Amino acid sequence: MGLSGSSRHNSSDARRAPQMLQSPSIVETRYGTSMKFLIPSVHAKGSEVQNRILEEVKKFNYNSDSIFAIKLSLEEAMVNAIKHGNKLDENKHVYVEALISPSQTEIQIEDEGPGFDRSSVPDPTAPENLEKCSGRGILLIESYMSDVHWTNNGKRMHMSKRND
Amino acid sequence: MSEPSSPVAVIQEKEVRVVEFKNNKILDEANIAEIGATLNALIDETDQPKVLLDFTSVDHLSSAALGMLINANNRIKQRNGQLRLSNIKSQIFEVFRITKLDRLFKIFATRAEALASFDL
Repeated sequence: MGLSGSSRHNSSDARRAPQMLQSPSIVETRYGTSMKFLIPSVHAKGSEVQNRILEEVKKFNYNSDSIFAIKLSLEEAMVNAIKHGNKLDENKHVYVEALISPSQTEIQIEDEGPGFDRSSVPDPTAPENLEKCSGRGILLIESYMSDVHWTNNGKRMHMSKRND
Repeated sequence: MSEPSSPVAVIQEKEVRVVEFKNNKILDEANIAEIGATLNALIDETDQPKVLLDFTSVDHLSSAALGMLINANNRIKQRNGQLRLSNIKSQIFEVFRITKLDRLFKIFATRAEALASFDL
């Protein structure tokens, strides 16, 4: 063992270290809970982040419809970032920040993809698109969350849900 | 037909295959791909397949799950079959309503009503 062995181990893992979910930043303030995660573009990691955030939301006694809305929107947004933004490239990361208080949950998700233009997404409810197998995620997020917008050329999605 | 590891249970009701989802969440990609493959195999077993998907146990689904359902619907139509959905909880039905897929799928409140609606 010894110091050199352990430091060599650490340095070889240095590039991967920030993306490990074992050490997300979780801070409780008087306003609520602040959570930050940096994960590789792997669906299973995205699911872990979703579960951690939802556990926290449930602690604040959100009603069933709000929990359903946040769960669905998180799923859709994580898939968008991992699959459509980062194209499942495990060397690219997804950064997730959540601020959860009794009155509302704010979530930001940023990927390392080329960006995204909301206006370029066709209406999935149009008759010609109704039988297409994809393209409904954004519609669902916008329907279920209280506010949704994008910054950083569409790489960062901001969404919030009021618990009302 | 439905092995222990299968994500769905299949019951034969006369000519209709009734499919029950075993997991209460149809969310993650791996789960959805597995269900989709199981449904495709089931659809391909017969000419003019008659399939009823019973959502009694389903509490959550995602847009990827809707895609899988649309794929099953298209496959059944190609084979001149019939697809019905039943027992969709109100929170889940809202997802169908928002996406206007309540117009695409034939959705019934109960399994009995859905079974009665098939052209046999």
